[in-house]
Amino acid sequence: MKILECENVCINYDDVRAVDNVSFTVEDGDFVCILGENGSGKSTLVKGILGLEKIQKGTIKYLNGIKPNELGYLPQTTIVQKNFPASIYEVVLSGCLNSKKIIPFYSKKDKQKALEMMKKFEIDNIKNKSYQELSGGQQQRVLLARALCASRKLLILDEPISGLDPVITKKMYQKIKDINKQGMTIIMVSHDINYAIKNASKIIHIKNKLLFEGTPKEYEKSEIGKLFLGGCHHG
Amino acid sequence: MVNLFEEIFTYEFMIRALIVGSLVALCAALLGVSLVLKKYSMIGDGLSHVAFGALSIALALNVAPLYIAIPVVIIAAFILLHISQNSKIKSDAAIGLISTVSIAIGVITISLSKGINTDINSYMFGNILAMNQSDIILSVILSLFVLVIFILFYNKMFAITFDEDFAKATGIKANRFKIVLSILTAITIVIGMRMMGTMLISSLIIFPSLTAMRVCKTFKSVVITSGIISVICLFFGVILSYVYSVPTGACIVVTNAIMLVLFSITKKTIKI
Repeated sequence: MKILECENVCINYDDVRAVDNVSFTVEDGDFVCILGENGSGKSTLVKGILGLEKIQKGTIKYLNGIKPNELGYLPQTTIVQKNFPASIYEVVLSGCLNSKKIIPFYSKKDKQKALEMMKKFEIDNIKNKSYQELSGGQQQRVLLARALCASRKLLILDEPISGLDPVITKKMYQKIKDINKQGMTIIMVSHDINYAIKNASKIIHIKNKLLFEGTPKEYEKSEIGKLFLGGCHHG
Repeated sequence: MVNLFEEIFTYEFMIRALIVGSLVALCAALLGVSLVLKKYSMIGDGLSHVAFGALSIALALNVAPLYIAIPVVIIAAFILLHISQNSKIKSDAAIGLISTVSIAIGVITISLSKGINTDINSYMFGNILAMNQSDIILSVILSLFVLVIFILFYNKMFAITFDEDFAKATGIKANRFKIVLSILTAITIVIGMRMMGTMLISSLIIFPSLTAMRVCKTFKSVVITSGIISVICLFFGVILSYVYSVPTGACIVVTNAIMLVLFSITKKTIKI
């Protein structure tokens, strides 16, 4: 079942065409990895899907009943200013906000969901701690917990492991995989080609234009895949 | 001390000042947390200058000042907000332009109109006697309106202040929130500025939240603490100004500044 369809999408970033005529589809339950070099338009594409960047041409359609307020998002870098007063609990709970319609306050159910997510990421014991005082790995876990509070069907992750050390990266990857196994569709922007090949159900490689769309096995055999994989091994 | 309070509460103008003052102080402090964290606090400053121009025109036309000032300042808030989102014009420069033009219009209007017996000084630095009975009712209603809307929007306020991109991506209308924030700020500034003065009203927005952030670490505690601090400072400021017969607005700013210093010291000692 298709849940997302991008057709001939063009998006500009600072008046430069960052995403040029890209088309692909995402199926329910997919684990899509978007690969590409720095500045290849990966993040811009994701922002276009989320409605944060204006689409110049083409269409992005959510199908089969997915609404924008049913998806979760983990931004590439959340530049939260120094000394921003916010507890972990406040940040995670704010993920529940998009499911509220007119009611301006959180229900018991929302609070339970937030607690459940914090348990999942082992941050429930520090829920009153200030977000600013956390390490990079802990912050990322808080933001992922928030994204899961917001999401029912689709989770969009923009380089979720950038800046994390290897041990935490491994843990984070395991969590993401688990979430996907539980039925959540995931679109992940990544540099980590080896992880993508092992775990993704679909790989999309862009360099402003779409270079590849297909399964990891097909990717390994393709020209662009060989080139990119080779580059990684030597680098 | 008891005598002093008894004496103060025999004057109707002091009671008025304390009622309207504490409501305005509370509104300004609550809105201030988001405004400061979103780096919009200079918009508050710009709006107070616009309010000055609007008030002087209202007086020249002999219309109740709040009826002209509030819509004008709300429109100015829209314009400033729109400019701050439009990256081609720098918002600090835009605020500078709008502020000075408004002051210029206000000063010209005042000097041209005869029969206005209030001097510029009381506009600039506030006058505790500026409010009459009908002003006070309108001010109380408007501040209660600001408080209710703030409480209803509190959770969105946090989400958008903390991470606007996430809020937008997950379907929250961030721009609508900004409009609400600017309307509430505009109302608060207009109500408060005749007591605090054009030059000093933005201190009510900036000081309490900065003071609260010295010590508090969660958003909710910052919001609540800054509200309490703001009302306490206003109260002491008004009393100080009564005892020493000095301008009220200036006294409130000074008590706020003292509070900020005290909290900063407390933070350091707690850390040790």
